Amino acid sequence: MKKDIILAGVGGQGILSIAAIIGTAAMGAGLYLKQAEVHGMSQRGGEVHSNLRLSDKPVASDLIPKGYADMIIAVEPMEALRYVSMLGEEGWLITNSTPYVNIPNYPEHDDILKDIKLLPQHVIIDADNMAKDLGNKRAANMVILGAALPFLGMDVQLFHDAISSIFGRKGEDIVKLNTDALRAGYEFAVNANK
Amino acid sequence: MNKLPLLGDEAIAQGAIDAGITGIYAYPGTPSTEITEYILKSKEAKEGKVVASWTSNEKTAMEATMGVSYIGKRGMTCMKHVGLNVAADAFINSAITGANGGLMVVAADDPSMHSSQNEQDSRFFGNFAMIPILEPSNQQEAYDMVHYGYDLSEKFEIPVMMRITTRLAHSRAGVIRKEGRKQNELSLPKTASQFILLPANARRRYKALLGSQDAYVEASEKSSFNEYFDTEDKSLGIIACGIAHNYLIENYPDHKVPFPVLKIGQYPLPRKLMEKMYSECNEILVLEEGYPLVEESLRGYMNNGKPIHGRLDGALPRDGELNPTLVGKALGLSFYEGREPSSNVVGRPPSLCKGCPHIYSYNALNEALEKYAKGRVFSDIGCYTLGALEPFDAINTCVDMGASITMAKGAADTGLVPAVAVIGDSTFTHSGMTGLLDAVISKSPITVMILDNETTAMTGGQASNAWGKIEDICEGLGVEKEHIHVMNPIQKYHDDNMGIIQDELTYMGVSVIIPRRECLQTIASRIRSEKYIVKTATE
Repeated sequence: MKKDIILAGVGGQGILSIAAIIGTAAMGAGLYLKQAEVHGMSQRGGEVHSNLRLSDKPVASDLIPKGYADMIIAVEPMEALRYVSMLGEEGWLITNSTPYVNIPNYPEHDDILKDIKLLPQHVIIDADNMAKDLGNKRAANMVILGAALPFLGMDVQLFHDAISSIFGRKGEDIVKLNTDALRAGYEFAVNANK
Repeated sequence: MNKLPLLGDEAIAQGAIDAGITGIYAYPGTPSTEITEYILKSKEAKEGKVVASWTSNEKTAMEATMGVSYIGKRGMTCMKHVGLNVAADAFINSAITGANGGLMVVAADDPSMHSSQNEQDSRFFGNFAMIPILEPSNQQEAYDMVHYGYDLSEKFEIPVMMRITTRLAHSRAGVIRKEGRKQNELSLPKTASQFILLPANARRRYKALLGSQDAYVEASEKSSFNEYFDTEDKSLGIIACGIAHNYLIENYPDHKVPFPVLKIGQYPLPRKLMEKMYSECNEILVLEEGYPLVEESLRGYMNNGKPIHGRLDGALPRDGELNPTLVGKALGLSFYEGREPSSNVVGRPPSLCKGCPHIYSYNALNEALEKYAKGRVFSDIGCYTLGALEPFDAINTCVDMGASITMAKGAADTGLVPAVAVIGDSTFTHSGMTGLLDAVISKSPITVMILDNETTAMTGGQASNAWGKIEDICEGLGVEKEHIHVMNPIQKYHDDNMGIIQDELTYMGVSVIIPRRECLQTIASRIRSEKYIVKTATE
């Protein structure tokens, strides 16, 4: 088993929390893991991404080779599109539909969605609104992670455990919010692909 | 065995705690910052009374670490590659004094310049100082090499450099810890003159350093971090340094490379292993992150031996970091290289946060400068360097820590008046103070703006040594009190702020203007941690 995942978004959108949850779940499953993050100046409202590699055999490179990723998980649609050349032929793209517009030349939203829909395997999810309905927009990243779970091939319980261990110190309400968000995303993706 | 998920930086930090360090000193710099941060937050380090502290700059950090070594205890200093330029005087001379307690210098290079102004290769600095260098290929090795590095340092009584690059520094993987060992007891150097580099002593110490070189090479020959994997097929031999080894094995099923591979993790280079590869294989491919150090030394000046491939013959790009795809191509492999990129993607450069105090400093400065010709704002290294981008287009230079004040001085002294320097609070105490003294002495007509957000913001909000001291420092250096102004960089004071800057631009001496408002990121993280403290206190 190997899963190579590109996490993409804009600085401050919480892709490192997604990485931390997947990482904790993977270690719980006894998998090998490497996760390359971006720190420093690029965090200030710029594009950020992370390479996350899970495998039942030792992982060599911290970086995923081009055209080799099994999945892109993006909290922003244009950022999802930025890494399509990293994706394998049969790879999945899971993305939030809500754009984050902080540049004057942001492309047409419809053009972005059109290009995403050209990919054979994709999930586009309105995570911001789903998280808002659950009580807090900030849980959008967990909705997106939930939408990726049906295609990760790992026990979903591992992710619930990871959320409890990572958000536990912030209190039960936060754990519940994130768990609900994860479940909502999961159900959306399962239904969308029936 | 329990594995800890650690960044490369954190693996080094945990390694240092477990290897029994007593002191760590550093100035923040991407990608090295997380080493010291980890130790500052570590409960074990606190219980072991490990002294961990941010210093004014890398030179003071290096020297403080030499003080730790002088009293026989283990010390570590960490810095980004360009920080080593600042520490270079102390660093090079530390090879002449040698170490008493184990001394390790971690240099974190940034090939591809993710967050830097050049991509210099610190291995050259290690060679220049003639000391052993360790270069881990993964997080576990980074951890293990700290223990090994202190053994090496104490055995040879010499500082040891560890060189990492961004990818390892900021990549996380499971790390297994070793049993911790005790810190050293206080014991002064056995030879009283060891640290007194008077010429007579220095000549003796330098000869001793030269005399030790063979022993360092021998240590490399025997090191488990330099490994030779032999195969039948000798059509190609591959030398892979540090993290480049990962990119090599990534290209083959089960990580089995069909050619002989020499994996390098310790320098000076293991001469016998290099000779074996060179004599037995028809061609050589060198994979190394950074400059072609190994490749150049193999080729020699006349380059009249066997075919050697790497960054110099175009097999790999001459600049930028390596990756599995580039290495695969250098090996002549072919593979699926992914889809065409979409045309509906545009760049999203980093930008100042919404409401950032720097925005209002630049708005005021830009308006104050409207009546002058462009091109007179000298700036520095920090978040405020983003003032070079639209919509501000406010600064004209960014070279090295502190260069804003000194370049403005040189420009103003020789004809560009007025000249403005824009520097951050932490950068000012790092390397701006001495330049300001120069400007005061020559009464240079410059206006220095010290943007004080009360933190070292760009690297994630570390404590700034300038905190609460800037006016006193400027006055102490001789800036006249009536030409030191503090202002609040916020929209409602825009006209007042602009007026102050405008007035000082006409003053034919040194003025200092201090726009002061706390960084929004540090405010946010303080509120988050206060909430957490309140919450846990009531639980």
